[in-house]
Amino acid sequence: MTPLTPPAISLRSATKRFATRSGAPFTAITDVTLDVAAGEFVTIVGPTGCGKSTTLSLVSGLEPASAGTVEVHGRPVTAIPEGIGYMFQTDAVLPWKNVLDNVALGLRYHKVAKEEAHSKARDWIQRVGLGGFEDRYPHQLSGGMRKRVAMAQSLIGEPSILLLDEPFGALDVQTREHMQDELLELWSGTGAAVVFITHDLTEAISLADRVVVMTAGPGTVKDAVQIELPRPRKVEEIRLTPEFTEIYRNVWNSLREEVEITRARGAANVA
Amino acid sequence: MSHDLLVAGEARPMDPETARTRRSLGRVRGKNRSAWVVYAVRALLVVAWLASWEIAARTIIDPFFYSKPSAIWDKLVVWFEDGTSHGSIWSNMAVTLEEAVLGFLIGTLAGVVLGVILGRSRFLADVLAPFIKGANAIPRIVLASLFVIWFGLGMSSKVATAFVLVFFAVFFNAFQGAREVDKVLVDNARILGASRWDLMRTIVLPSATSWILASMHVAFGFALIGAVVGEVVGADKGMGLLINQAQGNFDAAGIYAGMVVVTVLALVAEWLITRLENRLTAWRPPSGSQAAGI
Ligand SMILES: Nc1ncnc2c1ncn2[C@@H]1O[C@H](COP(=O)(O)OP(=O)(O)OP(=O)(O)O)[C@@H](O)[C@H]1O
Ligand SMILES: [Mg+2]
Repeated sequence: MTPLTPPAISLRSATKRFATRSGAPFTAITDVTLDVAAGEFVTIVGPTGCGKSTTLSLVSGLEPASAGTVEVHGRPVTAIPEGIGYMFQTDAVLPWKNVLDNVALGLRYHKVAKEEAHSKARDWIQRVGLGGFEDRYPHQLSGGMRKRVAMAQSLIGEPSILLLDEPFGALDVQTREHMQDELLELWSGTGAAVVFITHDLTEAISLADRVVVMTAGPGTVKDAVQIELPRPRKVEEIRLTPEFTEIYRNVWNSLREEVEITRARGAANVA
Repeated sequence: MSHDLLVAGEARPMDPETARTRRSLGRVRGKNRSAWVVYAVRALLVVAWLASWEIAARTIIDPFFYSKPSAIWDKLVVWFEDGTSHGSIWSNMAVTLEEAVLGFLIGTLAGVVLGVILGRSRFLADVLAPFIKGANAIPRIVLASLFVIWFGLGMSSKVATAFVLVFFAVFFNAFQGAREVDKVLVDNARILGASRWDLMRTIVLPSATSWILASMHVAFGFALIGAVVGEVVGADKGMGLLINQAQGNFDAAGIYAGMVVVTVLALVAEWLITRLENRLTAWRPPSGSQAAGI
């Protein structure tokens, strides 16, 4: 009998409550149960404020769970686990370091010698299509280019778990599709488990092995839809197939209710 | 929360946006009216001011109390050619400058280290807040007298006065700068594997740099004030001593001449600090203080 390899990420009834000024704790997510296998690409969709980013912060070890368990590679998360890459929802490149030093940052923290770190970083800068911009500072780059820097910064450590929080949310459609293809290419064959948050259903479906739909906040897993589209994929092509449209309709039906609940709440708060 | 009360009277760094606007304003002005017009008008203002002072001193006001530019000039000439009652003017300037620079360096170092540590440690900040606020409330000029008793008439009492003035100016800014570090930058660095020391070195200090540098402009002025005041209170050498003696002799021109020398020292130091600032913040759109030329 071979021992079962534990999933890369395993959340069991994970709940997160935040302290608030008024004293009553605010529940951001409740009872989230989710497994992500090594090499699996999972996308999470859900209405705004439902706790998607919070879920990632639990997996990354930046925030402890209030209840339930969070495990990475079978070990409970108590600190930041080894081999995690995390691209945050907001810009996190260091404004005072140029592209080269930003990309090499993780290696430098891991005591890799400067020359080696820089040559690896140059390689990654090429791979994300930023060759020639090594000496630029972030304020001299476009938003899309900064996202590429962040992507190279996360990927250079060859993470076994990659957490991406709306990485392409702020990009124009053409750049976004291009980056989606690039991401799939960079990821294929790495065996990394990916959790990718997005508001764009098309993006969610065209990238994923499985789309997870979360409920309106406090969020929990509502649905998980297996995406049986063949790989390797070209995102612009795959979304024109009839299978895709079928899946889209399913997922959207599930998500729509939650979005409407969230919207109604927003309206009630305004009223 | 007591923690928040620590933040008082800090010099805010200019945000890059304002800096850019100011800079472009400066550029537009420079293009429309060429720079030499600005200099010419400045020179004209100074000449007009000095001339009216000189004329007034020769006609309506009493030059014994108010002195006059020509007398101040004569005094400066005497100081630089024949020396002062306490050795050459250069040696007096050197003493004052050395005191100010020492106080500035030690004060800045202590202010930055303590400010950053307290800025990152809520617990320490909460514990120490009342003591720091208390110490800050002491009229620091009065301390100069105390330091003369403690450390004598030599250099160390002036260094100490300059130090306390510089320390608080830098401390509050470093503290604020360290607290305002973008949380997502810290989280990102932690994910990438930064140790505590890495965080300080690569995230907190660079983030706080614009705050710290903003305070250093004020701080060097404070260091000079500390040194000169310390010398006025009691010294055996330095610009403050010269000013104090001029006062004792009812020599208004001597006081003014001392002021002129100290002002020139301060301006030169300010210029050096601005150059340092530009080097340290090369990563962002050029800083405003230089662009605005103030
Ligand atoms: N540090 C915090 N303290 C208090 N409440 C928080 C904190 N972080 C998040 N929340 C709350 O938890 C809920 C979920 O936040 P989260 O950022 O996870 O949402 P999200 O699903 O990522 O939303 P979006 O799609 O808009 O990014 C929100 O209502 C938010 O206000
Ligand atoms: Mg979010």
